[in-house]
Amino acid sequence: MRTDAVVLGIAFGYLALLFVIAAWGDRRAEQGRSVIGSPTIYALSIAVYCTAWTFYGSVGRAAEGGPSFLLIYLGPTLAMLASPFIIRKMVRIARAQRITSIADFLSARYGKSVGLGALVALIALIGITPYIALQLKAITLSHAVLMNYPDVPELRMAEENFWADKSFWVALVLAVFIILFGTRHLDASERHEGMVAAIAFESLIKLIAFLSVGVFTVFVLFRGPGELLATAQQSNDLTRLLSLEAVPGGAVGWVGTLAMAFLAFLTLPRQFQILVVENVDEHHLKRASWLFPLYLLAINLFVIPVALAGLLIGDAGSDPDSFVLTLPLSAGLEGLPLLVFIGGLSAATSMVIVETIAMSTMVSNQLIMPLLLRSRRFHPGSRKDLSGWLLGIRRIAIILILLLGYLYHALVGDAYSLVTIGLVSFAAAAQFAPALLFGLYWRGATRLGAIIGLIAGFLVWCHTLLIPGFAQSGWLDDGFLATGLFGWEWLRPYALFGLEGWDIYSHSLLWSLLANAGSLIVISLFTRQTRLEQTQAALFTEALHSSLVYRSLWQGQTTHGELRTLLGRYLGTSATRRVLAVSANDHDDDQPVAPETIARAEQALSGALGSASARVLIHSVVRGEALDLEAVLSILDTTSQTLEYNRRLEQKSQELARIGEELRSANERLRELDRLKDEFVAMVSHELRTPLTSIRAFAEILRDSPDLPNDKREHFLDVVVWESQRLSRLIEEILDLARLESGRLTLNPQPLDLVTLTRQSVDAVQQVQQDRGVTLTVDLQVDTAPVIGDPDRLEQVIINLLDNAAKFADEQTPHVRLALARHKDRFRLSVEDNGNGVDPADRERVFEKFHQLQPQRTGHGQSRGRPRGSGLGLPISRGIVAHLGGRLWIEEAATLGGACLVMELPERSA
Amino acid sequence: MKPARHKERLIALIGLAVLLFSPPLILVFDRYRPDGISALPIYLFLAWGAVILLMAWLMERPTHDESCEDDAR
Repeated sequence: MRTDAVVLGIAFGYLALLFVIAAWGDRRAEQGRSVIGSPTIYALSIAVYCTAWTFYGSVGRAAEGGPSFLLIYLGPTLAMLASPFIIRKMVRIARAQRITSIADFLSARYGKSVGLGALVALIALIGITPYIALQLKAITLSHAVLMNYPDVPELRMAEENFWADKSFWVALVLAVFIILFGTRHLDASERHEGMVAAIAFESLIKLIAFLSVGVFTVFVLFRGPGELLATAQQSNDLTRLLSLEAVPGGAVGWVGTLAMAFLAFLTLPRQFQILVVENVDEHHLKRASWLFPLYLLAINLFVIPVALAGLLIGDAGSDPDSFVLTLPLSAGLEGLPLLVFIGGLSAATSMVIVETIAMSTMVSNQLIMPLLLRSRRFHPGSRKDLSGWLLGIRRIAIILILLLGYLYHALVGDAYSLVTIGLVSFAAAAQFAPALLFGLYWRGATRLGAIIGLIAGFLVWCHTLLIPGFAQSGWLDDGFLATGLFGWEWLRPYALFGLEGWDIYSHSLLWSLLANAGSLIVISLFTRQTRLEQTQAALFTEALHSSLVYRSLWQGQTTHGELRTLLGRYLGTSATRRVLAVSANDHDDDQPVAPETIARAEQALSGALGSASARVLIHSVVRGEALDLEAVLSILDTTSQTLEYNRRLEQKSQELARIGEELRSANERLRELDRLKDEFVAMVSHELRTPLTSIRAFAEILRDSPDLPNDKREHFLDVVVWESQRLSRLIEEILDLARLESGRLTLNPQPLDLVTLTRQSVDAVQQVQQDRGVTLTVDLQVDTAPVIGDPDRLEQVIINLLDNAAKFADEQTPHVRLALARHKDRFRLSVEDNGNGVDPADRERVFEKFHQLQPQRTGHGQSRGRPRGSGLGLPISRGIVAHLGGRLWIEEAATLGGACLVMELPERSA
Repeated sequence: MKPARHKERLIALIGLAVLLFSPPLILVFDRYRPDGISALPIYLFLAWGAVILLMAWLMERPTHDESCEDDAR
């Protein structure tokens, strides 16, 4: 069944199917029913990342480098995780500026520089052509394996005639495909819907093919993964393969490859094409950011099993790169090898298609167009129609690039294994990363910095990877690998500056990126940007912030006639009509053109020719600076400044609101205090007046009635004395309070024994309490209680506490209990009563001065008509205790059930 | 507050992924060899799958819709 005719029939039949799908996709797009307007299709098309290098090479790499093959896919996973930040920004910029390729992107960022665009295109051409060659090689190789099995295929391409090489014909068919579906529009920034649909389809095919081989290997050749692992376990070489030991460069190589894959995923021209240029809707990124990593995971799931199985079963001579084919072949299957071959073909062709489109756009827009614009024939002044020419240039570029790839494949392809070429290309693409990432996030990166950085990185890459590669294929004398360039040891390509022990890719990546990013930063810090550069830098770095419409800022002048001629020459008549349609109500060629129209015209030209050429062309007809750069810059600055101000304003207003709230509550508190003060004054006056009144009354009686009986007279005098005492006590309290408040209370602290002091105080009040009928229990649990305090003041406090308790104890059977106990290194004196207690919410208020004066809050003693005492005792007591380093608080009485006032004083240290 | 949280979660996830795929952890799992076979490949696939799951959860929740539109840089 595996005859040449059948295999070729299937292969070219498959290619024909691609044509059908692409044509269908384009047809649907024309009808306005796009097939690629779905995030899933977008994610599948990103899988163009998985080339033949993945399809065949992953197994080969796993067979030699162990788990390191996974890094090539973990890097892009990281990049996709970061896509809401990085790729979304790129997509938005590309949409706004009609970017056509990564070269165009970098050129636009650094002031629409022609030189930078050309440099990027050139580096890409040198770095990526081997990669295209790799795909063609994979096709040839897989075909040879398929046809010659079980013989080892002889691969001497140079000796074979190219017309007998299938990959030559495949390349030719692909050229036709790309010309048909990749250059339908002149505008390269427009989507190639048919092509994307075909790519998504190819991604599905390669996934299915690889999974089929995997399932076949694990479940048919072996009875499940367990048996495969058990078999592999018996071989030391195979178990080693699963560990980090097999990874080239060990842990350093691991990180290096991961970083390289991350950067290359963002900068490979084909990835840029699919991710950014062909993106229909930036919201598709959301789905793709996890679906594409999932695709990568799926296609890698069976790589290790296939590699293990290939090493176990396959004859030792077989190339690990073709295990995917030889495993089903060795089992004598007919259909599966064909499916695998188609899978490999789909992986290779999808890559070649997208890469070639991206490269041809770059080459024609960044390399050829700027040159042509300088020649007389294409000079903007002449009047020939050039739109056909432009498409022609791009088509020739496609054919040339494919031819170059084929030549490379035919001439040097043998020397490299699949993986090697791939990683060399990755390292080349990674050189664009500093210019790209710094350009996206650092406004100060300048054109000169980017150019020098790129050149430096590229040179290091040539020295450490490309040229040694040539030398190893026998093209050059490989002596310099060991002795270094010019015989200088420190210039050895694989051990630059004596850095040894790294794998060659991490080594090259480190030095080239160091040179690249280092030059970019240093030179940027010491060069100036032109105004156009500044504007573009601002537009790029602020892309996610400002939805700036800067069209109205165009100020150059030109006429309809001139603009129409220019566009007509480069874009063709129908496109010109589209661009000018909106404003061309009057067809007077001498009418000045509205600024928006000029902006639209430059964008249309950008989409077709790249931003640098478009700028040159627009300036050939527009007098004066087309874009008011100063204005754009100032607006961009204003926008970011406004954002900043807004943020600050918001902070300020929040702060103000908070302060206002604080002020309001402080004000309320003050009012409350004011009210209390008024009440206090009223109450104090009342309190003062009551004894005064009675003193006066009794004094008057004594004065007016000389004939009072003696015992009555004495009683009246007693009352006068007693009321005077009450009066002076009250005044004393008020003075104490005033001193406490102003901090002028003078205490006389000295060592004393609290037990003795308590006894004294109890003795002092006992008589009075007994007279009132209060039962006083004293419970001193310690013999001595050394503290520091003012004896007079402390006694005052204790008496006050006892007095207070007596007042609030139960009316019928008043009972007060005093206890003194040690609590850790402090002494607690508690005074309980059997009254109503104090509501927990009010406990702190009891210590507020004047509190007593608020009858509704006292809770005690109202039944006796009026609050007793001035209400100043407790605040004063607390103030005194606090001055002595202790605390005074109120809690639930443990034994008597009423309120319990606790005074706590620290023990005097010996 | 939601947009900022979404952005922070994304950044945290990126950090987590970098951590999971880099040497210190890689070395730990490489040295863990139950049957003489390194657990590294299994670990990588599991960690990878977990990261993808988390990303899918973050991106597909309907609530965040336009959340990271204009503040992510």
